[in-house]
Amino acid sequence: MSASIDYDEVEVGTELPAQTFPVSRATLVQYAGASGDFNPIHWNETFAKAVGLPDVIAHGMFTMAEAVRVVTDWVVDPGAVVEYGVRFTKPVVVPNDATGAVIEVTGKVAAKLDDRRVRVDLVATSDGQKVLGMSRAVVQLV
Amino acid sequence: MPLDPAFVGRSYPPTPAYEVGREKIREFAEAVGDANRAYVDAEAAKALGHPDVIAPPTFPFVITYRAAAQVVQDPELGLDFTRVVHGDQRFVYTRPVRAGDRLSVTCVIDSIKSLAGNDVLSVRGEVHDESGEHVVTAHMTLVARAAEGE
Repeated sequence: MSASIDYDEVEVGTELPAQTFPVSRATLVQYAGASGDFNPIHWNETFAKAVGLPDVIAHGMFTMAEAVRVVTDWVVDPGAVVEYGVRFTKPVVVPNDATGAVIEVTGKVAAKLDDRRVRVDLVATSDGQKVLGMSRAVVQLV
Repeated sequence: MPLDPAFVGRSYPPTPAYEVGREKIREFAEAVGDANRAYVDAEAAKALGHPDVIAPPTFPFVITYRAAAQVVQDPELGLDFTRVVHGDQRFVYTRPVRAGDRLSVTCVIDSIKSLAGNDVLSVRGEVHDESGEHVVTAHMTLVARAAEGE
């Protein structure tokens, strides 16, 4: 398994290219089908509001999938991710309009570990709110 | 009724094998909008050292979430799923999931805690391939919110 980023050229604080990911109702329907998670809070506004949510929300696992793209696009080989975890702190609220919501993700190298691995800390926000906490990936570099 | 901590350590039987298809990986990668060639092009995956196309890092959840139904629907445990939210999720990989894998999941209850009236349940899903080699471990924490008035 190889990655294109050289461990020796990375420092604590090195920033990964930030990305923004749009998410619409159609995105959520597509993700529901692909993942098999058909919980109606992710596509049915009436149901979502009945259980106390402001509107339909994105699957937490969708947000988790988007956030790690900052890492996999950086290393090129997704197989270089040896550990990845997040805490779901706030929902990504997705209105039923042409634009939907946007998830903004930044990442930086937080620690250099043994065996030419680094820990990358990710920050994911939507509508100004942090939507993931403790979002960290351990990545094997070359 | 809070969950009974006596269930900590309970292990469930390995699930029947889930066969990972190339087109399922493609479908998942498209659903998350990820254009990485390693998910759809076997030659691109091979150039990175993989025997076939690999799945995105969060794909294993498709399989482990299904397997965790054994736990969340265990009548003896008695979790009220209508009050459950996904608290956190972590994957520890030995290698990426790839097309052609036949994967089985063994679920174990790692911890049961009560925090501010909420039940916090941690379930570990150990994913192995057909030869018994470890592929990935998925750690999932579910939070069952306290019932109204409690």
